[in-house]
Amino acid sequence: MKRSTLFPYLIWMVLFIVVPMFLVLYYAFTVPTESGATWSLENFARFFEPIYLKVLWRSLRLALFSTVICLIIGYPAAMVMAGNAFERKSVVLLLFVVPMWMNFLLRTYAWLTILERNGVINVLLANLNLPSLNILYTEGAVVLGMVYNFLPFMVLPIYSVLSKIDRGVVEAAGDLGANSLQVFAKVIFPLSLPGVVSGVTMVFMPALTTFVISRLLGGGQFTLIGNLIEQQFLVVGDWGFGSSISVVMIVLILLSMAIMSFFEGEEKDVALW
Amino acid sequence: MVRFLKRSYIYLVFAFLYMPIAVLMVYSFNDSRSRGMWGGFTLRWYVELFQDRTIMSSLYSTLFIGVTSAVIATIIGTLAAIGIHNSRGIQKKLIMNVTYLPVLNPEIVTAISLMILFVFTKVRLGYLTLLLSHITFNIPYVILSVLPKLRQLNKHLYEAALDLGCTPAGALWKVIIPEIMPGIITGLLLAFTLSIDDFVISFFTTGSGVSTLSITIYSMARRGINPKINALSTIMFTFVLLLLIIVNIRQAREQRKGRNGKNGQKRQMDALRTGFGGV
Amino acid sequence: MHEIIVELKSLSKVYDETVALDGIDLYIRKNEFLTLLGPSGCGKTTTLRLIGGFEQPSGGTILFEGRDVTGVPPYKRRVNTVFQRYALFSHLDVFENIAFGLRIKKFSEKVIKEKVGRMLEQVNLAGFESRDVNSLSGGQQQRVAIARALVNEPEVLLLDEPLAALDLKLRKEMQHELKSMQKQLGITFVFVTHDQEEALSMSDTVVVMKDGRIQQIGTPVDIYNEPKNAFVADFIGESNIVDGIMRQDYLVDFAGSSFDCVDFGFAKDEEVEVVIRPEDLVLIPADNARLSGVVSSVNFLGVHYEMIVDADDGTSWLVHSTLMEPVGTRVGLGLEPMDIHIMKKVRP
Repeated sequence: MKRSTLFPYLIWMVLFIVVPMFLVLYYAFTVPTESGATWSLENFARFFEPIYLKVLWRSLRLALFSTVICLIIGYPAAMVMAGNAFERKSVVLLLFVVPMWMNFLLRTYAWLTILERNGVINVLLANLNLPSLNILYTEGAVVLGMVYNFLPFMVLPIYSVLSKIDRGVVEAAGDLGANSLQVFAKVIFPLSLPGVVSGVTMVFMPALTTFVISRLLGGGQFTLIGNLIEQQFLVVGDWGFGSSISVVMIVLILLSMAIMSFFEGEEKDVALW
Repeated sequence: MVRFLKRSYIYLVFAFLYMPIAVLMVYSFNDSRSRGMWGGFTLRWYVELFQDRTIMSSLYSTLFIGVTSAVIATIIGTLAAIGIHNSRGIQKKLIMNVTYLPVLNPEIVTAISLMILFVFTKVRLGYLTLLLSHITFNIPYVILSVLPKLRQLNKHLYEAALDLGCTPAGALWKVIIPEIMPGIITGLLLAFTLSIDDFVISFFTTGSGVSTLSITIYSMARRGINPKINALSTIMFTFVLLLLIIVNIRQAREQRKGRNGKNGQKRQMDALRTGFGGV
Repeated sequence: MHEIIVELKSLSKVYDETVALDGIDLYIRKNEFLTLLGPSGCGKTTTLRLIGGFEQPSGGTILFEGRDVTGVPPYKRRVNTVFQRYALFSHLDVFENIAFGLRIKKFSEKVIKEKVGRMLEQVNLAGFESRDVNSLSGGQQQRVAIARALVNEPEVLLLDEPLAALDLKLRKEMQHELKSMQKQLGITFVFVTHDQEEALSMSDTVVVMKDGRIQQIGTPVDIYNEPKNAFVADFIGESNIVDGIMRQDYLVDFAGSSFDCVDFGFAKDEEVEVVIRPEDLVLIPADNARLSGVVSSVNFLGVHYEMIVDADDGTSWLVHSTLMEPVGTRVGLGLEPMDIHIMKKVRP
């Protein structure tokens, strides 16, 4: 077959993927001067100012926290769905995924209604004569929003790996005298590790870089890396600094890709996760 | 007993996932100003929604960009997938890695890189930049939907067409494209869905007052609760639900025909998992 | 007897440094059933693909009825192909699959209907017109693939291991059908297989290939009875191959004794390979047998027993016999001069 069908895409790819990436790199590694721009690592150095380290630390902490919660909730869920607790597995899987097809902003917005001072939770509490809670615009709300939005990213990769495990392997382990806890610890969990690694990456990265969840549910008081990038481009206009943060993000992604391919082995179809 | 516990756990997770949506839907019919209270049934938010010119014009933009970018991305992406399928070695690896970039990069990075490109080349931010950006992030998903179909094909199919008298272009058009059509349609639907769902990239690459639904929702939500958004959510969720049901019936029918078997299931998973784009 | 339809002249094909085809010369006569036989990687499929036009040769020419067609694309050649695993168009039903080539050639609807109908009868698939090709069994898909090629009335039909995916019983049936179809239609068949039994039972001419070279061309009987070298002998049926020394014309030494044979023309004391078919060895009493040893294993194979006899000089012999001697028995092995095949050593 002809390979010439590639050409439109190649041009598009260079124009809209490769060139923009180089522009980001260019802005990240230069600082403007009167006569144009000079190469410099200044933008990266700024990252180490206490105020930005605090943002970085908060982002990492919240993203990590969300990832752990997603793993704790998601792994058992994936296991149950991959097992035989339900007759119609595909329907269960679909039901699990349907909410994710709803607009991401609307999903996040929904929690406003539930969490706000006059929201559903507080009305319920008031009806029970309990004191109202201030959940919205706290770190807790941000983490909740992350878990809600990214849980499927954790469950689906684990599910897909678990459902591919040969029943024979599990039976063999039982046959060889392992009890169900040992079967899990020595067979199922190690085999599901590639899924866990994908899931963790798929939750951690967007959680680290989101700016919508923190803006809507954190009320703008909790600046995360994503918010920082957004501000640099849309408010402050400091493209250099914004680009340098982006470059750090890309490096993180490349690292996690390397780790993933280490776990999954090469030439897999599922490079998406 | 264990089975019961397992099921209950899943139902609990489902409750967590569906509760916010259910709340939105119920409140879209609530006549009370105070959101926590139930003030009786009303359709007035729906009426106001359709009278809101900002929302209606952004709905129009969303659909226009969605359809146009999906169609263009599908054409470029399908041709690209065929080309990639037939390339080898380093060339193939390089193209695939660059293709994965927009998929794996945090959306905000893709967004600012495109914004820099447009501002740098002095293209006015607006409809055109929005469209170009959407096509860009849609193409990889089309490629990733079509490639597995191509891999499934008997590798002699193209030669069989030539053998029976087709020219290379004829073989592509009469045999290869029809054979991978299910993948192309999946890619098209996926691209359309991703496009209407996108917020981050649109947010950075739009301008001149052009707003998509996501952007409008964001600016409204930033100002707090708005019952019109509830009404909009209800409509959009119902629409997505219908779309999903149609896609699934289609796929189920196809599977019954025995065309895909396990691969169909896998492809469905691919489509689903690539589906939640907008973060 | 028949005119030549396809001729390959010092045809070669090199894929990134590996030589798939090393300058072969071959002609194919009209209406013959010619089989390219050899182990995987021998160049048989490459040869077929070159004739079909799916690949371009690195050197040499392909003549079709005397005209040079090297470089002519597949869609302009008057050959059709039955592909490995059939390569049916799954978006089309049985009728449209078969009609595909006719539609490209813009035949009228009426002619298409008639030709496809006739073809369906021919391959016993009448009534299957609107079936989805994926719902067919392997054997039926095979027939559709053959019909799809034959309906175009090619001068030469190329078949690339068409029976490899079928189970044994079906394969036997299809061998038979293919052969009778070829006779009936009088079309030249070029058939690729690695199955020597298939090659021997169906072909008029067998071309044995190895490492991109032709080892032997001949009728199935010739190939079996008079293998040209040890490779052919070993590949076609089972053989005992031992080292020997040609003492003089009609006399060869191997396994510690001298034997009369029918071969001549070797140098004095030339080192040769001696090939003896297992069914040509006869069990005889061990006393005063020139070749004797101890039975080391016995296998019952239905029609005959397969025994391994470890001879006194250390060589082992595969023997097919309807008689059986138990393991440990001392036996003699008798053989006639004409059953001893002497081959030049391919390489020292």
